[in-house]
Amino acid sequence: MNFLVLLAIVLLIIAGHQLLRVIELSRGLKKTKEWQVSETDNNMMGKAMFLFMILFFAFFFWQVNRWMDRSLPPAASIHGQKIDDLWDANIYLITFVFLVTNFFLFWFAYKYRGTSKAKAVFLTHNNKLEMAWTIIPAVALAFIVIFGLKYWNEIMTEANDPKRVVIELYAKQFDWTARYAGKDGKLGESEYRQISGSNPVGMDTSDVLGYDDILVKNEFHIPVGREIELKMRSRDVIHSAYLPHFRAQMNCVPGMITTFKFVPNKTTAEMKKDPYVVKMMAGINAQRAKFNKEPVEFDYLLLCNKICGASHYNMQMNVIVDTEADYKAWIDKQKVFKTAVAAN
Amino acid sequence: MGTVKNSELEKEHLVHHDHVHDHDDHEESFVSKYLFSMDHKMISRQFLITAIVMAVIAMGMSIIFRMQLAWPGEHFGFINAMLGDKWGKDGVLDPNMYLALVTIHGTIMVFFVLTGGLSGTFANLLIPYQVGARDMASGFLNMLSFWFFFVSAAIMTASLFINDGPASAGWTIYPPLSALPEAIPGSKLGMTLWLVSMTLFVVSSLLGGINYIVTVLNLRTKGMKMTRMPLTVWAFLITAILGVLSFPVLVSCVVLLICDRSLGTSFYLSDIYIGGRPLDNVGGSPVLFEHLFWFLGHPEVYIVLLPALGITSEVIATSSRKPIFGYRAMIGSMLAIGFLSFIVWGHHMFMTGMNPFLGSVFVFTTLLIAIPSAVKAFNYITTMWKGNIQFTPAMLFSIGLVSSFITGGVTGIILADSTLDINVHDTYFVVAHFHIVMGLSAIFGMFAGVYHWFPKMFLRMMNKKLGFIHFWITLTMAYGVFFPMHFLGLAGVPRRYYTNSNFPMFDNLVDINEIVTICAIIGALGQGVFLFNFFYSIFRGEKAPQNPWNSNTLEWTTPMAHIHGNWPGSLPVVHRWAYDYSKPGKEKDFVPQTVPLEEGEHDGESH
Repeated sequence: MNFLVLLAIVLLIIAGHQLLRVIELSRGLKKTKEWQVSETDNNMMGKAMFLFMILFFAFFFWQVNRWMDRSLPPAASIHGQKIDDLWDANIYLITFVFLVTNFFLFWFAYKYRGTSKAKAVFLTHNNKLEMAWTIIPAVALAFIVIFGLKYWNEIMTEANDPKRVVIELYAKQFDWTARYAGKDGKLGESEYRQISGSNPVGMDTSDVLGYDDILVKNEFHIPVGREIELKMRSRDVIHSAYLPHFRAQMNCVPGMITTFKFVPNKTTAEMKKDPYVVKMMAGINAQRAKFNKEPVEFDYLLLCNKICGASHYNMQMNVIVDTEADYKAWIDKQKVFKTAVAAN
Repeated sequence: MGTVKNSELEKEHLVHHDHVHDHDDHEESFVSKYLFSMDHKMISRQFLITAIVMAVIAMGMSIIFRMQLAWPGEHFGFINAMLGDKWGKDGVLDPNMYLALVTIHGTIMVFFVLTGGLSGTFANLLIPYQVGARDMASGFLNMLSFWFFFVSAAIMTASLFINDGPASAGWTIYPPLSALPEAIPGSKLGMTLWLVSMTLFVVSSLLGGINYIVTVLNLRTKGMKMTRMPLTVWAFLITAILGVLSFPVLVSCVVLLICDRSLGTSFYLSDIYIGGRPLDNVGGSPVLFEHLFWFLGHPEVYIVLLPALGITSEVIATSSRKPIFGYRAMIGSMLAIGFLSFIVWGHHMFMTGMNPFLGSVFVFTTLLIAIPSAVKAFNYITTMWKGNIQFTPAMLFSIGLVSSFITGGVTGIILADSTLDINVHDTYFVVAHFHIVMGLSAIFGMFAGVYHWFPKMFLRMMNKKLGFIHFWITLTMAYGVFFPMHFLGLAGVPRRYYTNSNFPMFDNLVDINEIVTICAIIGALGQGVFLFNFFYSIFRGEKAPQNPWNSNTLEWTTPMAHIHGNWPGSLPVVHRWAYDYSKPGKEKDFVPQTVPLEEGEHDGESH
């Protein structure tokens, strides 16, 4: 099989070689050289440029039309909605620039395709024009910077809501553990040398603050409408806690504690009924049916988004956004770490 | 001062020339002519052919992992034939090998093709030719530069064949993943070879870069003022300065990593528990590595792009038969880009836990860099306005470059905005962005250079029709590969995932991945047209005339033979800038730089 493929490639090369020889020999009779760009070439390529532009833009709008509703659902957090608005404004702006400048590029290529009669205009510079297209982008960028940084500072200020839920996301090859601060609202200290089978996140067993901490795996719950402060740690290599539906992401770096805060504003149950999500899940399940996979329901997800080893592609945890009451019922059922150690 | 030195060299050369006049061509042995050559023209060809071989390897890798991404778990005889039973058992790609392929694909493309290949080939070929020098300032260092590059490329290629597989921590090799052999098999011998290879690469790059700078500053011929230099030379000069200032930082970054790996230091390591035991390392920080890496890494982006932009400036002006629009603005823009590229590296690190205030500074500086970039794009488009465009294959690729520079550039504005970066950081949106600027723009610039200067390199012409076919396949398929990736990013697909099938939320993206892979395969096969044209034309192409594109620059005044010292007699004298195309009152639509100014005639932009 491989031999045949190789043989085919060799034959193709020989055929191409022979073909070129024939073309060159027949060319020998003509005056022009093969490499010289003729008026016909210019005409053809100029028109091809214009045609390409039409097809390129058509391809762009085809993609938008077909794939845009497969993007992530509208943000499920308060700051996320602001990010979405800012995103839209920026995307419209760059799409406009993308279309207009590409249009002029390909249009000029078509319009000024060379002929033997034409003579180009000798134009070296134009200060007014150049000032204009330095200043206009500068002003547009100033707005982008101002709005971007305004939101950035809001998002990145330290969590300070006294009623916030503090959760540690602990990453290791290749799974996640969530640790809740418990009733005292404070996480116990950690010490990596104490990591063991019964102490998977390396909690400092001498720190009483950690005695009411709660460890959960596979999925973790958060209450809607309350500030969630995530503190990220890693056991081994860099991971990244990526919660795309909440527009939240932060790397988990060994030796450091990183943070990200957000306020979820739609429960999982509400999100499942959101028309955008209903349509999206229908698409997903239609595709799954083709592969004979069982249908699935929407869930918020935590993914790893920094290359971390062989199973990087499968490091996930479900996130459930509950109403306050449901959250309370769930958290009360969870085992406290100290108890968990004792049980072992 | 420059001209004084040059004329001294000139005298020396003439004496030498008279002395050995008749022996020049005979005395060179195969080894000194083809292997350890000190001639810039031969070194340039050595760089180009090495880079082409590396590019084919890296492109082949991308096809393998694209097949896995479009049809995860399918059995492919091709994958088994390429990787054997160990990495491609039953034709299914191994997850560790997937990461290794992604890593080496990126490394080869960024360093060996777009840095060594692009600068090495064209800076070597064009700097002495276009400034009117006999050769590089130091032919010996230039030769060393190539051979360090070659050994470095050989080591990187050799690492593909070792037992544990090559480095696989991503081309950015963030520790601790790259530092700990327990973390991933690629961090055993493979990573050691990667680090050794990159160190040699930096040596090559420095030797080359210093040579380029010295040659441009000191060996310009009489009349070749800085403000008369073609934009290609300006681009290579600024690129070389960026390289000389930033590559040493990569070495320090690599040396510290070697220490952590082999000597038990803790520069990048702290509080790690792996392989069932806690490590002793305390106090280091992987974020330090990221700072050092990106201090090179971001200027590197412009080291890749500026030469391509320089080549394009030359090709667009020549083929539009018009002066480049805003020559001084183009130089200013390149200088601004070069300067700013040193203070934007942190935009790769918004999500690393770096202080958010620091992030804001980088948002500001990064968005500033969009201004000179926009000026360049507008100036290219205006150069074509009211031109008499000759669609050589080089011109087609240059137009492709401008298009992709815009398309890939505008998404940079999104990614530079830390607020918007939160949700697309490390997703396919980023992959789309940097492939459109580097994989399209920079590669198109390289193709434009090859088609345009092939006659100077190999004294023959490439086939035009095959060039046309190559361009259209490449442009359409390249957009077909990388445009849809934006939509994968919008759906939140992280990069470097071996398969997306473990997340139901990505199940509706299967057809996008298939389109990407099919375009990648057709595009890769299309490069066969180029390879055939390239190697065929080296031996059988039509003989090139003296100045096939009616160009103004000095390289077209050299005879169509590769002679030692480039010009047989004395060096040419320059009287005007390089862009007098279609100048009113002239008989022809081009005026070479060696033609004296007429009385009352203005030079350059001054009118």
